[in-house]
Amino acid sequence: MPQQTAIEIDQLTVAYDAKPVLWNTSLSFRAGKLTAIVGPNGAGKSTLIKTMLDFIKPVTGEIQYTVRGQSATYKEVKNHIAYVPQNSSVDWDFPATVLDVVLMGRYGKLGWFKRTGKKDRAIAKDMLNKVGMPSFANRQISQLSGGQRQRVFLARALAQEADIYMLDEPLAGVDIKTEGIIMDLLRELTRQNKTVIVVHHDLQTVEEYFDDVVFINQEALSSGPIAQVFTKENIDETYRQDRNLGEGEDA
Amino acid sequence: MSIITEITLIAVVVSIACALPGVFLVLRGTTMVSDAITHTVLLGIVIAFFVTRDLNSPLLLVGATLTGVFTVWAIEALQRTKLLGDDAAIGVVFPLFFSVAIILITRYTGDIHLDQDTVLMGELAFAPFRRLTIFGVDVGARAFVTMLVILFINAGFIGLFYKELKVTTFDAAFAAAIGFSPALIYYGLMTLVSLTAVGAYDSVGSILVVGFMVGPGLTAYLLTHELKKMIGLAVLFASINSIIGVRLAFALDSSIAGMIAVVTGTVCLIAFLFSPKKGLIKNTLTRRREREAFDRKINEIN
Amino acid sequence: MWNQILTLFSDYTFQIVALGTGFLGLLSGVIGTFATLKKESLLGDALSHSALPGIGIGFLLVQSKELIVLLAGAAISGLIATGLIHLMSRKTSIKFDNALSLILSSFFGLGLVIMTHIQGSSNAQQAGLDSFIFGQASAMLIRDVRLIAIVAVIILLLVCLFWKEFKLFTFDPDFGRTLGFSERVVALTMSTMIVLTIILGLESVGVILVSALLIGPAVAARQWSNRLSVVVIMAGVIGFISGISGTLISSIGTRIPTGPSIVVVLSGFVLISLFFSPKRGIIAKQSAYRKQKKSIEQQLQVLKEGQGK
Repeated sequence: MPQQTAIEIDQLTVAYDAKPVLWNTSLSFRAGKLTAIVGPNGAGKSTLIKTMLDFIKPVTGEIQYTVRGQSATYKEVKNHIAYVPQNSSVDWDFPATVLDVVLMGRYGKLGWFKRTGKKDRAIAKDMLNKVGMPSFANRQISQLSGGQRQRVFLARALAQEADIYMLDEPLAGVDIKTEGIIMDLLRELTRQNKTVIVVHHDLQTVEEYFDDVVFINQEALSSGPIAQVFTKENIDETYRQDRNLGEGEDA
Repeated sequence: MSIITEITLIAVVVSIACALPGVFLVLRGTTMVSDAITHTVLLGIVIAFFVTRDLNSPLLLVGATLTGVFTVWAIEALQRTKLLGDDAAIGVVFPLFFSVAIILITRYTGDIHLDQDTVLMGELAFAPFRRLTIFGVDVGARAFVTMLVILFINAGFIGLFYKELKVTTFDAAFAAAIGFSPALIYYGLMTLVSLTAVGAYDSVGSILVVGFMVGPGLTAYLLTHELKKMIGLAVLFASINSIIGVRLAFALDSSIAGMIAVVTGTVCLIAFLFSPKKGLIKNTLTRRREREAFDRKINEIN
Repeated sequence: MWNQILTLFSDYTFQIVALGTGFLGLLSGVIGTFATLKKESLLGDALSHSALPGIGIGFLLVQSKELIVLLAGAAISGLIATGLIHLMSRKTSIKFDNALSLILSSFFGLGLVIMTHIQGSSNAQQAGLDSFIFGQASAMLIRDVRLIAIVAVIILLLVCLFWKEFKLFTFDPDFGRTLGFSERVVALTMSTMIVLTIILGLESVGVILVSALLIGPAVAARQWSNRLSVVVIMAGVIGFISGISGTLISSIGTRIPTGPSIVVVLSGFVLISLFFSPKRGIIAKQSAYRKQKKSIEQQLQVLKEGQGK
């Protein structure tokens, strides 16, 4: 089977207020694989995801998506990409039920003005089943635990029925049970040939959970299948304290 | 129709028109930005008046609304510089606009039928006497008709963009990822807030408008966990507050808008104390129970 | 023009008013720096609006415009409002902004209710309580200025005395506690000072604009220095100059109210500082941004050429 690429990033440089956060980064994500983005705090992991989602305009560089054999830009494949933000980024006192939140996963496909219908509800309920929370549909989101919140977010992403999934620290602060459920579901997605990209903070579990890994610290240092890339040298290189920008280190 | 009934009717329409966008302001927690808007639209009203020379011109409504939107932009631009705190940015912008407006009003007070008192405090008692005539036909009190139109615009916007308002308010990053620009929706909402503030200034004045916007929404927020119910309850409280407020104001011979603001605040405080879902007493009891349960567990372990 | 200004400065009424507003600007500049750096600047806005019912009730109680009673009433109702805002935003899921704007408008509404009620009764003219809403600097008397001066001196002395504590408290309340300072006493002293400053400003600048006096000088001064002592002194000076120039402008021009005119001068200081401060200013930042961007592009170019070889 030929090696398929879902996302190809070419010489990407991203800056906040003209301060470079990601430097001349080129890398690719394999289709149908579970990839971890790993690096120390402030390494630009979230920035990379946000640039891939078109929240931040890069200084230079290009991002090419391949969805169902078609090459395209982000705008063209927007509805094929699901995004799970860090769950601390929203107001959990917002007056909404669990089902309401999962239904938001359908909004992108509906477009402006249109309301959610019966089919959307059925899909949303189905996804709640998948994350093991079928009885929570009418529960208030303010009553959820940290792990449950993360699972609701995942159900919402599943309801998007996307081809590429991007998750920002989905395992941060969740219980063991939730961690298991989330990883099983992500694994299941890759079996359906969906591409899953996860910003991950726990080096201990990288080998166990993922197919591929991207080491990043202000630039992509190394990336590829775990077996080849997840080495002590690469980890040390990524977490070295004195890394300086713009020296053009070889990956 | 008796005067008091007509005033009540106007008050109810004004309150509901304010309460609708207010629900989303409360959820965003950006109510002080709307407080700034309600002050700065005054500058828009004054400037638009110099251009149109007619306090009743629809252009005045448009011009003043644009000032409100400009205020939001100016505050955000200042906040983006990171040179000052977010709240200080609000506190820098609105006093300037407001001061310029007051200076203009005072200087040209002879030729404007605008005086500080009406603009700031409004006077619902006079509202029934300012009639709107179209082609010589009296169609009703000006404030009533204007605010009814604004009410429908607000309701229409929320009805049309309900899903978009919901998702951008709850999770802006996600909304942006699926193609609903949070900035676009936010500016849409703030345009309505400006329009409503301009429409309401001569009945309730620019300072109390913010209470009309926040109060019913906040009361509803304390009583329910569902967005649709929250909107419904906000409308309900807006109506009840104004009906009670008008009655009380007549009984005590005092400012009507002021009295409605007092009733609004009181009702919200009652909800804050006694709400069975999110109230202070409920929270305190829950916390005490949790602590007792925790202590018991500790004791059992020991 | 110059003659006019010179005659003005020898005019007794002008001297009184200018001195009063100048002191007021100085005081609010100093106190406002702490409030603004603590990111509680809008609390001042709520406080001033909610002082109104206290003024009304004070008048109802003594049936005359006894300044001390009115100001005491203002302080009490302002403090009650602040307490309510903190209670609402800390003990439930209500957001701070929401509590602030609700309390602000309900208290202001209550103030209006009481005032309109007073005006409805017989001694309406005597009350003249309206002046508290818009401020009436021109009506300032020598005893008002004396009061402002006395309070200003006391507060400034307190600031010098508690300097270290205020500094700690402003930047890091936790740090202050670990060092054994009683945080509550410092916090209470600070709030009282803020309340006093606002109350003093009510009569001359009015309910709506008095908070601008707290925020403006601090924001302007902050752009020129990173040292608290420099910022506080500069804020005081900017406040003082704004007070006097605002009064000057309103005396020279016809029908220009003093409070708004002070705010406009002050805003001038703020805008100039925001744009032209040599280190942090918007213009300085813009040019630094352009330089940075160019340097990124150059480095990228070098990198690409290196790869090409």
